[in-house]
Amino acid sequence: MTGVGTQDSGDQPLLAASAISKRYGSLLANDAIDLAIRPGEIHALLGENGAGKSTLVKILYGLIAPDSGQIIWQGAPLVLSGPAEARHHGIAMVFQHFSLFDTLSVVENVALALPPEPVAALSERVYRVSREYGLDLEPGREVWRLSVGERQRIEIVRCLMQNPKLLILDEPTSVLSPTETSGLFRTLEAIRGEGRSVLYISHKLEEVRVLCRSATVLRHGRKVASCDPSRESAASLARMMVGEDIHDVQVKPHRGDGAERLGVRQLNLASPDPHGTSLVDVSFSVRAGEIVGIAGVAGNGQDELFSALSGEVSSLPETVCIDGQAVGAKGIVARRELGAAFIPEERLGHGAAPGFTLSENVLVSQHGKQGFVRRGVLDRAALRDCLAAIRQRFDVRAGEIDPPARALSGGNLQKFIVGRDIMGAPRLVIVAQPTWGVDAGAAAFLRQSLVDLAEQSGAVLVISQDLDELFELSDRIAVLSRGRLSPALPRGQQTRESIGLMMGEAMREVAHAPHA
Amino acid sequence: MRLTLERRTQAGMWASLASPILAVVLTLVFGALLFSLIGIPPLAALTVYFLSPLADLWALEELTVKAAPLILIALGLAPCYLSNNWNIGAEGQLVMGAVAGSAVAIATHGQGHGSYIVWLMLAAGVLGGAAYGLIPAVLKARFGVSEILTSLMLVYVADLLLDYLVRGPWRDPKGFNFPTSVSFGLEARLPGLSETGRLHPGFFLMLLAVALLAFMLARTLKGFEIRLVGEAPRAARFGGFDDKRLTLFVFALSGALAGLAGIIEVAGPIGNLQPTISPGYGFTAIIVAFLGRLNPFGILIAGFFLALTFIGGENAQIALRLPLDVTRVFQGLLLFFVLACDTLILYRLRVTREGAPA
Repeated sequence: MTGVGTQDSGDQPLLAASAISKRYGSLLANDAIDLAIRPGEIHALLGENGAGKSTLVKILYGLIAPDSGQIIWQGAPLVLSGPAEARHHGIAMVFQHFSLFDTLSVVENVALALPPEPVAALSERVYRVSREYGLDLEPGREVWRLSVGERQRIEIVRCLMQNPKLLILDEPTSVLSPTETSGLFRTLEAIRGEGRSVLYISHKLEEVRVLCRSATVLRHGRKVASCDPSRESAASLARMMVGEDIHDVQVKPHRGDGAERLGVRQLNLASPDPHGTSLVDVSFSVRAGEIVGIAGVAGNGQDELFSALSGEVSSLPETVCIDGQAVGAKGIVARRELGAAFIPEERLGHGAAPGFTLSENVLVSQHGKQGFVRRGVLDRAALRDCLAAIRQRFDVRAGEIDPPARALSGGNLQKFIVGRDIMGAPRLVIVAQPTWGVDAGAAAFLRQSLVDLAEQSGAVLVISQDLDELFELSDRIAVLSRGRLSPALPRGQQTRESIGLMMGEAMREVAHAPHA
Repeated sequence: MRLTLERRTQAGMWASLASPILAVVLTLVFGALLFSLIGIPPLAALTVYFLSPLADLWALEELTVKAAPLILIALGLAPCYLSNNWNIGAEGQLVMGAVAGSAVAIATHGQGHGSYIVWLMLAAGVLGGAAYGLIPAVLKARFGVSEILTSLMLVYVADLLLDYLVRGPWRDPKGFNFPTSVSFGLEARLPGLSETGRLHPGFFLMLLAVALLAFMLARTLKGFEIRLVGEAPRAARFGGFDDKRLTLFVFALSGALAGLAGIIEVAGPIGNLQPTISPGYGFTAIIVAFLGRLNPFGILIAGFFLALTFIGGENAQIALRLPLDVTRVFQGLLLFFVLACDTLILYRLRVTREGAPA
């Protein structure tokens, strides 16, 4: 292996950004941020959602131009006109959302990013590079057959084939199973061992502590600290990110001998989307006073399960029962009338209408409740009162009294949506990814709200990819993989490894099935 | 240098108002340019187009006669467009409303009925237009057929049916072989409300419809549902609103108002069925709806403005010997600029230099 830099050029940073600022309207996304990355290091960029991480890396990758500030690359000033120039200088990036063509093969996707070369030779190179870094890939497979983890490998291989000096990874593990995550870490270590540098963006603190020896922490667009994460505790890192201590969720053990609130029996549902996942024989129940978690990597049927439970997609009547009533063929309004509440994963566009004000968004899921609509006419005053109550109880922070939903940050919008749907103390709550992309403070608050609800003998179903969250909240955990659900076992009988294994098994099956 | 469109954080109130005005100004400027290119003094031409219709009482009355159907139809189109249902077949729904209403007039012709007949005709017009509007809606909701194509193509079906009726079964036997129906009796006509007899109750029906639609869109759950389905279809499904039923509703409403406009034209200013009963009101109303920002009060203003181009076009034909097609060019320019200016409400135009200073 030939290195691209030497480790002992130590003091001269590979990349030094100083006083980078970028303003969007009234929002100062980056406020005089300094960042230095040395050759051969994995440098973490930490921060909550909205702290300015994405803006900063887009500037480093030439996607957006900073308003002010300077980038020094290998000792010389660098002005980027676009990503092509960044790549030319040896800066490569893997985005959170992949840019791959589903219907093309692995090697064809790689070829699109490189100067023309015969496919056979390229296949050979893709194969070699992927082996070298432990990134198992079959060059000839179509992308749509691959798991998310494999797609990410294509992106990484594509970057490595351009021989970069700096590889930027944006939240790479958010879509990976635990097994895949440790595979990725080994790859990153190999990349680092060659003297290449990695800029690793994450808000998963444990990962950063394992992987990185240096970190830059951002909060509200400013750099607030640099540190060696391996010498910090997760709590101290979180304090730097949030600026306040995070309260642990108070969970009282042993609940869930109440009556069955949600019963799902042999739910089979073909996904209308050819790339979607069909549900196969899904059965489980949630009782009053308990929280049941459903783990699994994205794309294993979570969306389909949520739609079937909420009634956005109907099924056979007896397959979904709420409080003993068969509701499989009923719509979401009828299910809400039985005391169920639903909180979807996607906030803007599904849980809330982006351009509508918050008080109008109250109406989206609450129009069946008494007091908001009389003889078809809206009572706007009642809606505003309800919004005020939600904002107070759930600490929804926003500039105006009744702003449009899209003006809220992710965490505040989620607090609004959760508040809206659990204000009326529902008997059953079904929530997908309750704290996805939400800052640590808000996440703790949201989890506590769900726990409180269960304590008041509500039944809660949490569908989440975040194992830490599920272990923190759930009384019982099941794993959804390829549309099949494992039995929900008590938390005490399971470990991260046992669950990770079930998730991982599924991934391997997908990877090796001749026709997925 | 490159131009980029940057989404505005919040669409300004001023921009919503300025955009249609800017569109009108740009239309006038380019219209003037067009006139000077074909060798007509632009200022004189614009005067004939946009000021002469305002010059006397007769012309003002005529303005209300032309504005009423435009506004009625556009009011129906607004809920369609707000909920992403692209009904562009209002012209056909207008014709079918006129045919259904006229069926009542022709069936009862000369039997000495009272003036309730005209109200029956209006009701039949509403039903006929609604029924015809439901055809593309059912095709869309049931089979997923593009309503843009079906609603447009059904316009030509309706036109041909009307043509067949007035040349065939409904031709006036004493009409010297002209392709028209019998002239409706007084019981089947909307009474004139002024000395010239041009102003008719349809104008007031239109004002009533403006108020009702404004109330529905802003204050009722139905109006909320319409806006929600357009803004965020998934959130609407999450709310439990049935977008297929809504498609049927907005098409029926839109067809009903277009049908009402059609029968008002026939029972009002025209007085019988003819091969052509509309100078393209159903299509021009699309421009009215967008120029009025899909808001009933905006549509009221926009309807009068576009009525101006119809009358101005007729005046220009006489005074300047310009072909009537120039009116269409004007209307097309206007739609183009309205849509372009609307982009500026949602987006800000940014000039970015390549390689901005680091």
